[in-house]
Amino acid sequence: MLENIQSTGKKATRDGFGAGIDALSAENEQMVILTADLAGSMKIENFIRDFPERYIQVGIAEANMIGIASGLATGGMIPFTTTFANFSTGRVYDQIRQSVAYADKNVKICASHAGLTLGEDGATHQILEDIGLMRMLPGMTVINPCDYHQTKAATIAIAAHHGPVYLRFGRPSWPMFTENMPFEIGKALQMTEGTDVTIFATGHMVWQAVEAAKALAQKGISVELINIHTIKPLDEAAVLASVRKTGCVVTCEEHNRFGGLGDTIAQVLTANHPVPQEFVAVNDSFGESGTPMELLDKYGLSVEDVVKAVERVVKRK
Amino acid sequence: MADIKKLQAIASQVRRDIVRQVAAAQSGHPGGSLGCADLLVALYFEVMDFKTDFKMDGQQEDLFFLSNGHISPVWYSVLARSGFFPVAELATFRQINSRLQGHPTTHEGLPGIRTASGSLGQGLSVAIGAALSKRMNKDPKTVFCLMGDGEQEEGQVWEAVMFAGHHKVDNLIAIVDRNNQQIDGSLTEVLDMGDLQVKYGNFGWTTLHMDGNDMADVVATLAKAKALTGQGKPIFIDMKTEMGKGVDFMEGTHQWHGKAPNTEQTEHALAQLEETLGDY
Repeated sequence: MLENIQSTGKKATRDGFGAGIDALSAENEQMVILTADLAGSMKIENFIRDFPERYIQVGIAEANMIGIASGLATGGMIPFTTTFANFSTGRVYDQIRQSVAYADKNVKICASHAGLTLGEDGATHQILEDIGLMRMLPGMTVINPCDYHQTKAATIAIAAHHGPVYLRFGRPSWPMFTENMPFEIGKALQMTEGTDVTIFATGHMVWQAVEAAKALAQKGISVELINIHTIKPLDEAAVLASVRKTGCVVTCEEHNRFGGLGDTIAQVLTANHPVPQEFVAVNDSFGESGTPMELLDKYGLSVEDVVKAVERVVKRK
Repeated sequence: MADIKKLQAIASQVRRDIVRQVAAAQSGHPGGSLGCADLLVALYFEVMDFKTDFKMDGQQEDLFFLSNGHISPVWYSVLARSGFFPVAELATFRQINSRLQGHPTTHEGLPGIRTASGSLGQGLSVAIGAALSKRMNKDPKTVFCLMGDGEQEEGQVWEAVMFAGHHKVDNLIAIVDRNNQQIDGSLTEVLDMGDLQVKYGNFGWTTLHMDGNDMADVVATLAKAKALTGQGKPIFIDMKTEMGKGVDFMEGTHQWHGKAPNTEQTEHALAQLEETLGDY
């Protein structure tokens, strides 16, 4: 129920990644962690301390990191590459395409500081195209968890999943609200039941959608909120079941409106059950410096933006 | 002692296979393939310790990674002649529904191949990863990687060179095919690489030199390189070759980097290469 979804405090999703690594590392002797001069930001200090023989500092050389990870996977290890999302994807697209995806290597590409909420570093580091880049690669699994707990669960889950994975998370402290909720790769998480509209949200935008749903409930609009943490493979059955009931859709993502969750959902709807859809996403632009909340407001990703998108789409039914 | 004459005879058949694959497909890269025939024959028929019962992880085996994937015809021939897959399959090179793709890949499950290459500059990084995996698994075997000299123009190569030196990846032997040719001309004209032994040496590698078309020198130098593994440094071999070696009209020019011979040229080429193991 919507009122049961409450924040129990704030932690960064990248801390969830670090907690996931710590939970895995004691039992998984095949894990190797690589970083390109960002060990501190990636929250892998405990692993470095406890398993120095399976930690690889590559230096500022992301292309080499992806290649080494491919070779480690060839030898049967489970490499996790760690750096910021921009350097994890855009900078090394061809290395991932040839040496990981096409070569079918069991590499886990773990990326922090995705999206606008990176904040003050500005647009050079705020990649808003990475979901699109990664989901275009055949065989790539793309996961964008929404809070600390889900990122921890996702990190644990990808170690047991065979095949290349892109795991996208972020820098800022963010509300935690999924403790004890299930996590399964490729399985959408229904957070509330509703009748008037379905909101599909991913990453940090899930919390924005929770707050929007609460505001909309006050206005008499019943929201079905579904957390799409796994963008590829998409849980098409869950998407269609919800949309057949509600008849309209809002998608919410911290990504360019081109190539991300919105496009992914629209493709399924167009082919199976066309309904009105509104996109809460960055409108084909780069970001800029600012605090995370200032940036979400300026680029159309505020709670109020979600509320307005729902009000628009409901009228289009 | 290695039987140099026997290895040379195998190399002659491999060169025939290269010409016939490229001629049948009317596409592919004969020049670099012919130049590296002696090296790959020496590796697979003399130097490397491997199993043809192919397992991807290659544990307790020496591994070979081809970074300059466009010279796939030589690798396919040597793999087939070593017993990884039927020699007759060489006839499918670059054809639709083949495991012998234009550039080597794991995607179609061809035994003997452990990564995809073709987009240049990536193979040394992958070879380093495989070498580190062996180190973590206490596997004493060696990882070989062949690159082109034009490929040294890719920045990622130098990321990998720096890494291997710094991290003392001493179960790795990298070989550069120094034919001094690339698609648009000689390296001297396009982008000169200077003295690669000095460059690799400055990054902490042990460096060797060999004539890649002198089988006795190739076998001796590879043996020496293998003996130098485990001593705290990766090993680099500057391998001088002649592009198109063995086919007179293809020798020493970049013109045959990526061009197939016509019927008449194919006959002329095959007349220079003795059929020693039987054509497929």
